[in-house]
Amino acid sequence: MLFRVARVTAFYLALLGLWQLVVELDVWKPYVVPPPKEVWESFQRYWNNGLIQEAVRISMRRLFIGYSISLVIGMVIGMAAGTWKWVDETVGSLVLGLQSLPSITWLPLAVLWFGLNDKAIIFVVLMGSLFAIAISARSGVQNIPPLYRKAALTMGANRLQMARYVLLPAMLPAMAQGLKLGWSFAWRSLMAGELIFVSLGLGHLLNLGRELNKMSLVVAIMIVIVAIGLLVDFVIFGRLERWVQERWGYAT
Amino acid sequence: MSLALKPDGANEPQEAQPLLEMQGVTKHFLTKRHNTTALDQITLSVKKGEFVCVVGPSGCGKSTLLNVVAGLERPDEGQTLFAGRPVMRPSAERIVVFQEPALYPWLNVRANIELGLRIAGRKRSERRQLADRYIELVNLKRFAKAYMHELSGGMRQRVQLARALAVEPRMLLMDEPFAALDAQTRDVLQLELQDIWARTGATIVFVTHNVREAAILGDRVLVMTPAPGRLKNEISIGLPRPRSPDTHAVVDLAARIRQELEHDIYAVPKPEDHYVI
Repeated sequence: MLFRVARVTAFYLALLGLWQLVVELDVWKPYVVPPPKEVWESFQRYWNNGLIQEAVRISMRRLFIGYSISLVIGMVIGMAAGTWKWVDETVGSLVLGLQSLPSITWLPLAVLWFGLNDKAIIFVVLMGSLFAIAISARSGVQNIPPLYRKAALTMGANRLQMARYVLLPAMLPAMAQGLKLGWSFAWRSLMAGELIFVSLGLGHLLNLGRELNKMSLVVAIMIVIVAIGLLVDFVIFGRLERWVQERWGYAT
Repeated sequence: MSLALKPDGANEPQEAQPLLEMQGVTKHFLTKRHNTTALDQITLSVKKGEFVCVVGPSGCGKSTLLNVVAGLERPDEGQTLFAGRPVMRPSAERIVVFQEPALYPWLNVRANIELGLRIAGRKRSERRQLADRYIELVNLKRFAKAYMHELSGGMRQRVQLARALAVEPRMLLMDEPFAALDAQTRDVLQLELQDIWARTGATIVFVTHNVREAAILGDRVLVMTPAPGRLKNEISIGLPRPRSPDTHAVVDLAARIRQELEHDIYAVPKPEDHYVI
């Protein structure tokens, strides 16, 4: 464990060193490739005046609401498509088609429908993750061993009990990937939305850096985004995956 | 040995109305090229407390028979009466123990056993109590918190048996539950099942292709032949219990059952019987 921590730390220190080296060699101007020190200073300034925390709070709120709604709708659509063939052929095919549409293309319509506010952004986030979740829920339902259902049936389970005690938990291994994919799509949609349509949030802060020609701020925000992504991945999805591996006995 | 689980009068022959009655049950399966008659005019009855084995080769329709009794499949013709009422759908009164361990990997042994009780809407304290009792009955006390991938095949079948028994069904339907186990484990479980049957007074219909197993376990053995699936003969077994697999009486009986079967296993079915041309 200690060795692994040391190895990871060494890797990131080396990366930082390489970055510093590139700056020292003076190949590019500092406003093209900002030195680590400047990025750190930008981060500190915007952290101390509270703008980063505020942006993170606003972005995470949008992400959380959008993702939660898409989780509920996506599960319903996916489970229905996985259960009934006619739903799969109608709604299922639509979902498959819409998945190839980058969710940011919904922004103009969303602004028209909801106005220039949080709702429009949340809608884009929702559309970003909805289809990944629905598709994985569909395959999750379809891949449930028939014996799981039969065993519950013979114990007299009704539809609701079947869904709650058997189908939902049985879907998890197949869904773990889809939930994670949906989350990263939601992130991307959020950033795209916030970059285009200025309204606070991390994307806005990043755009601010662009407008001020302050690449150190841009890079600082990028690092914050990566850090949040890693944190969520580790805390939520990593835990889910480890749980599935442990319970289902996939772990070595 | 404790007899605390045994209800009054269980395992005693009873003259009352049979618990299960099948009359002229017929079931066809249509696939693209075949028309298979899995069950052909099956008529049988099982009394409360009886241990009935249905023996026949693979594909003779014995699993279909069990599924019809369970309510998992509907027959094309005939009637299945359970406690005097027609079987329409699956019910916790008739629990199936499957050949493959139909257990849930996300639940530990105790939670798997409690699931049937949860579905039946039993209270938490009741669930705990019943689960404890049946975990002990199948000798899995040390493994109550284990997950399925940590258990051997034999232990998984014990969990399945305990889960079925915990809801206290009126009939246990066992679909070749020991077929996938190694011979030693199977011997042990056959003995344990006889013991559990004696202690709980359960009514069991046990499907198997293993003639020895049928001779060890059954009060009665129904011999089933394939294509079309028919009950050919019935053999009553009055041997004292518990029966072990190597006694002469059991071996002789197994040989007799095998003789009943052999003629039909090697018979070539007439093509027009089950091919749609």
